[in-house]
Amino acid sequence: MGGAFVNKRELMDVYYRMKLVRSFETRVAEEYARGRIGGFCHLYSGEEAVAAGALWHLRPEDYVIGSYRDHAYYLLRGGAPGKAMAELFGHADGCCKGKGGSMHLFDPSTNFLGGYAIVAGMCPLAVGLGLSIKYKNEGRIVLCFFGDGATNQGVYHEALNMAALFELPVVWVCENNYYAIGTSVARSSAVESLANKAKAYGMPTSTVDGMDFLKMQSVAERAIAHARSGNGPAFIEAKCYRYRGHSMSDPGTYRSKEEIEHWKQRDPIPRIKAVVQHDFEAGDDEFEDLDRKVKVALDQAVAFAEAGDELSRERLYEDLYVQ
Amino acid sequence: MALITYREALNQALFEEMRRDPSVLVCGEDVALYEGSFKVTKGLLKEFGAKRVIDTPVSEGAIIGMATGAAMGGLRPVAELMTVNFVYLALDQICNHLALMRYMFGGQARLPVTIRMPGGGGHQLGSQHSHSLEVLLVHTPGLKVVFASAPANAKALLKAAIRDDSPVIFLEHEGLYNSLGEVPESLEPGVIGRAELMREGLDVTLVAYGAMRSVALEAAEMLAQQGIEAEVIDLLTLRPWDKETVTDSVARTHRAVVVAESPPVCGMGAEVAANIYEVVYDELDAPVERVSGADVPLPYARKLEQACIPHADDVVRAAHRTLGRA
Repeated sequence: MGGAFVNKRELMDVYYRMKLVRSFETRVAEEYARGRIGGFCHLYSGEEAVAAGALWHLRPEDYVIGSYRDHAYYLLRGGAPGKAMAELFGHADGCCKGKGGSMHLFDPSTNFLGGYAIVAGMCPLAVGLGLSIKYKNEGRIVLCFFGDGATNQGVYHEALNMAALFELPVVWVCENNYYAIGTSVARSSAVESLANKAKAYGMPTSTVDGMDFLKMQSVAERAIAHARSGNGPAFIEAKCYRYRGHSMSDPGTYRSKEEIEHWKQRDPIPRIKAVVQHDFEAGDDEFEDLDRKVKVALDQAVAFAEAGDELSRERLYEDLYVQ
Repeated sequence: MALITYREALNQALFEEMRRDPSVLVCGEDVALYEGSFKVTKGLLKEFGAKRVIDTPVSEGAIIGMATGAAMGGLRPVAELMTVNFVYLALDQICNHLALMRYMFGGQARLPVTIRMPGGGGHQLGSQHSHSLEVLLVHTPGLKVVFASAPANAKALLKAAIRDDSPVIFLEHEGLYNSLGEVPESLEPGVIGRAELMREGLDVTLVAYGAMRSVALEAAEMLAQQGIEAEVIDLLTLRPWDKETVTDSVARTHRAVVVAESPPVCGMGAEVAANIYEVVYDELDAPVERVSGADVPLPYARKLEQACIPHADDVVRAAHRTLGRA
């Protein structure tokens, strides 16, 4: 489908989705500052093209699993923004009844099977999902998102080895945003190419500009086709950048203003807009219409979250065991 | 009834559950071709094939994570950790993932995972292969923890663990694999969370589990010869444990000794004793006694190792103390 992007409607949809994620994160930051969202909260701003591109060719029945920077995965799989916002507010009508929070969104209706906050901890879970797919011959795939920091964890290597050994349909998407909190890849990984680290397990790898939706979706399309055809896992290293600190409580003093500015020049959202305007007739007003649609969706999401309340204390012990 | 070993009972449970439910699979190190380091998985590969009996690399964390993910995908995995000490390598996957996920995702994850692991001392296996680590897992909300102590309960409880829709840690004791017991030809799954009253008596309650069941029974025999009638309870499930059976018994006997192979600090003995004090304090005629494993890593040397493990005469002495016969 890489060559299928001659379609203006689809490209406008890509713009809308990335804008929805960006604006969602902006609203989250505002609500965090107002004290209505607590805890650790990690924003995806700047990295939208990675998740949007990786997920573009997925089917509804495919599984998605990822790290704690998970708002984008949830939204791009089609999760309701209101239920995500309510979850961040800690409210009972949040997607996990307020028991998960920002780092642990989950939505079985879209097969988004969770954000996990132990670095690389979800990688073996992706192996198990892959095993279940192969066991039942379902033709699905698993797409697993994690950061550069995960590639230094022991269980990450166990998981990549097992996925390749058992030829499981897993697409590994490494969001290399160059920093594990404040420690850069150069200061933490003996091998700076994270794709090369994955190559050791005998799977196809690609390195791609994760700030470019079109490149990202094209690489993902190949990796997904590889996994779906029963050839085992594939690995994508998406080079990208988060504009904000690691979390809301990180002032980001370890990165220079120049570096952040350099990456903002490559912002994926104006880039996709420029592609549409170059290839098709598209006035600014058409984008402004989409921006308004995003704003309405987020106003509704915040209103939905505001209207709710926390689960009652009587329900504290629910959901621990299957009854 | 058939007289079979604990090992055979576990093996039969696996066979029966795999025949009954095609979503049950077994995975772990050397479980298939090698048939398990303690041969509990003997014959499974031949009958069920490599798709359902999966040899894994030496990757304890990923073995448990794979089982958890497979459960999310609708399967019912039985993972084997070769030795209980290896669970330390998998604790992140067990305690930070498997145990928490249903709760933190608001009840939306269903995780029918059974994790088998043999442990316990007595075979000179040294510090890194002989510990009793049940307390690590008992401490974690979201898990159920079972300790099989004889062939019949091993078979019944393993069947129950596999059919349970929540994660179950299934502890086996290395010293029990060759122990014999009567097991009915057709056995229904046991009830997780229910203790077994092994022997009735009105003078003192002995609470034990795992390999300490037979130690407590032996002590009860010795006490009976002295005219002291001990009630013996095997907890069988350590989380959620059967508080009622224990407190009901103590209400009758007014004295209690808790026997555990693991070290005493924050152990099952402390947990059971605390509950007795909380619920039936007024019934007690003496402080609750604990008999525990030594508070050291298990040494290799035979006599030193034996000195770490509770024996029947330790239990008899503790029972005497509750009776004021020091």
